[in-house]
Amino acid sequence: MSSEHNTVQNEKRRWEENSLNKRPVKKHSNDWGDPIEVLYTPEDFQDTDYLSSIGFPGEYPFVRGVHPSMYLGRTWTMRQYSGFGTAEETNKRYKYLLKQGQTGLSVAFDLPTQIGYDSDDPMSEGEVGKVGVAVDSLKDMEIIFKDLPLDKLSTSMTINAPAAILLAMYIAVAEKQGIGSEKLRGTIQNDILKEYTVRGTYIFPPRPSIRLITDIFAFCSKHVPLWNTINVAGYHMREAGCSAVQEIAFSFSNAIAYINAALKAGLDVDCFAPRISWIFNTHNKIFEEVAKYRAARKVWADLLRDRFKAKDPRSWMLRFHTQTSGVSLTAQQPENNIVRAGYQALAAVLGGAQSVAACSFDEALAIPTEQSVRLSLRTQQILEHETGVTDTVDPLGGSYYLESLTRKMEQEINDLITKIDDMGGAIEAIEKGFIQKEIESRAYSYQKEIEEKSKIIVGMNEFKVKENIDISLFKPDTRDAQKQIEKLQELKKRRDQSKVQSTLTAVRKAAEGEKNLMPYFIEAVKAYATLGEICGILREVFGEYHAARTI
Amino acid sequence: MDRKIRILAAKPGLDGHDRGIKVICNALRDAGMEIVYTGLRQTPQQIVNAALEEDVDIIALSILSGAHDILLPKVADLLKKNKADHILLLAGGIIPEEDIPVIKKRGICEVFGPGTTTKEIIDFIEGHCS
Repeated sequence: MSSEHNTVQNEKRRWEENSLNKRPVKKHSNDWGDPIEVLYTPEDFQDTDYLSSIGFPGEYPFVRGVHPSMYLGRTWTMRQYSGFGTAEETNKRYKYLLKQGQTGLSVAFDLPTQIGYDSDDPMSEGEVGKVGVAVDSLKDMEIIFKDLPLDKLSTSMTINAPAAILLAMYIAVAEKQGIGSEKLRGTIQNDILKEYTVRGTYIFPPRPSIRLITDIFAFCSKHVPLWNTINVAGYHMREAGCSAVQEIAFSFSNAIAYINAALKAGLDVDCFAPRISWIFNTHNKIFEEVAKYRAARKVWADLLRDRFKAKDPRSWMLRFHTQTSGVSLTAQQPENNIVRAGYQALAAVLGGAQSVAACSFDEALAIPTEQSVRLSLRTQQILEHETGVTDTVDPLGGSYYLESLTRKMEQEINDLITKIDDMGGAIEAIEKGFIQKEIESRAYSYQKEIEEKSKIIVGMNEFKVKENIDISLFKPDTRDAQKQIEKLQELKKRRDQSKVQSTLTAVRKAAEGEKNLMPYFIEAVKAYATLGEICGILREVFGEYHAARTI
Repeated sequence: MDRKIRILAAKPGLDGHDRGIKVICNALRDAGMEIVYTGLRQTPQQIVNAALEEDVDIIALSILSGAHDILLPKVADLLKKNKADHILLLAGGIIPEEDIPVIKKRGICEVFGPGTTTKEIIDFIEGHCS
């Protein structure tokens, strides 16, 4: 081995001197500033022990995948993020997507829902049904999932601050369909820390927010055992500007904070860790993205096994959904985005994703139309059925470059996690503004690179054309907000007011004390108490978060 | 130059996308302007109050949620009501082409969409404030 290594090393030096250096070479560097070699050879991972550092899929350290047979056993879930306007329109879109071959649902809620305001709240003006579907009460959730069998589907809900209440509604809808909560599969995002740094749909301060998260962990481990109780997100931090390494390290640090909180609340790590799931961002650089996922699986497995002493191998597994990068899309020559999403989805699949959403090409301009979202789904189906990338597990494994990059990223991710640990963990790093500042300064440098053209974005700062964009864009129905408000007022007239009041009083008492809030939320939503009413009480008890300014 | 150009950068509505506005704040500051950023979730009234308090020349509004048609004209109306319509209103974010003439008629001076360079914005502002 070592004599072979010396030979390769000597031969590479000879090749560099005799052949390579006679030509001009444009060298690149990776995301964290290290130079990328012109050529990788076996010497670049000769220190790597295959069995301990790479191993077999489905086994520790999971570099090659979390399942032994990966896509040969089960393909990834095709789950386009969608939802808009009213519950009726959203239900129709879901039925359309399922008919087109989509295999899971992903619910986009409007901003008032995400921030716990009813549609008739003055704060909701202009926002109802715009970036997602409006949910005021259980009534809306019943319509969204009408004729959709919740025991046969998995549903991902991008909801954070009021995640517990939306989950309560989902459980109540299932009950009305005659389906027990033990059969429900899906996720709520429920990842509040990144709301404070980049996504912005926080309501309550960190402490009560984290209590809501641990209440969900505890409740679901008993009553909704197949539910992924949290979908920790690197996605939005990456969209806001951070690097691939930062995406993993920052989101892992957030997860470490949740795990510590759950352990402090008396939960056993193996009772909740297997239900932690992830959402990451698959950006443009294919090898960097694939290496990111391979490295992240190992770092997570090590953290859970060694730091948190989890015994169940399912606790060590990093299972993730990924969406292609929204911020990489351009409003100029929007058709180019079809190609971007295609390459990014390819990287996601080569990286071993469990679930994928490909951004639609019109998303830099509006929310997707039925046709553009179908094209995103077709992009995934072509990957599955036509390209052959799923014919064997981890097909890029063993690439000199990829393996070397995987090892380096693992190191970089671990170093950054240690740095955040040394600051006292994610919550302290956020309070100090460290994570926000890192993301913000990188976003600014990225913009400068585009303007200086040291970074080329095809069709935007180079290869430009004069164009009148003539694609047909989604247009929200301007009557939706009014319809939603009327529906809400009608509901408030018809429901049993005394039951609403008594269940809301029970929520308040539970929030003031230490009881698990989930059962109280379920009772309140079943009485058709609204999301705004429940969040209003929690706002009174918990207080509201006000962001620290970093600019 | 006696007085630096003063700008209030604001996020109206419930939208949390602030990558763009923060990049612009950094660029305008590097260009020698004074920037005050409101942070997220500002009502039109809060924005106008902050603009008056900070005595700004320009309000730069960033919105990506689709609520621009309702919220941006409200800011313009409140400025008029407070006799402060000398303050220039600029907007950026995701605003469909066909909505631009509508909000311009309602008091928004210029709209900068995706792909705009920070230099274009700086040149525009300097052109207006010189």
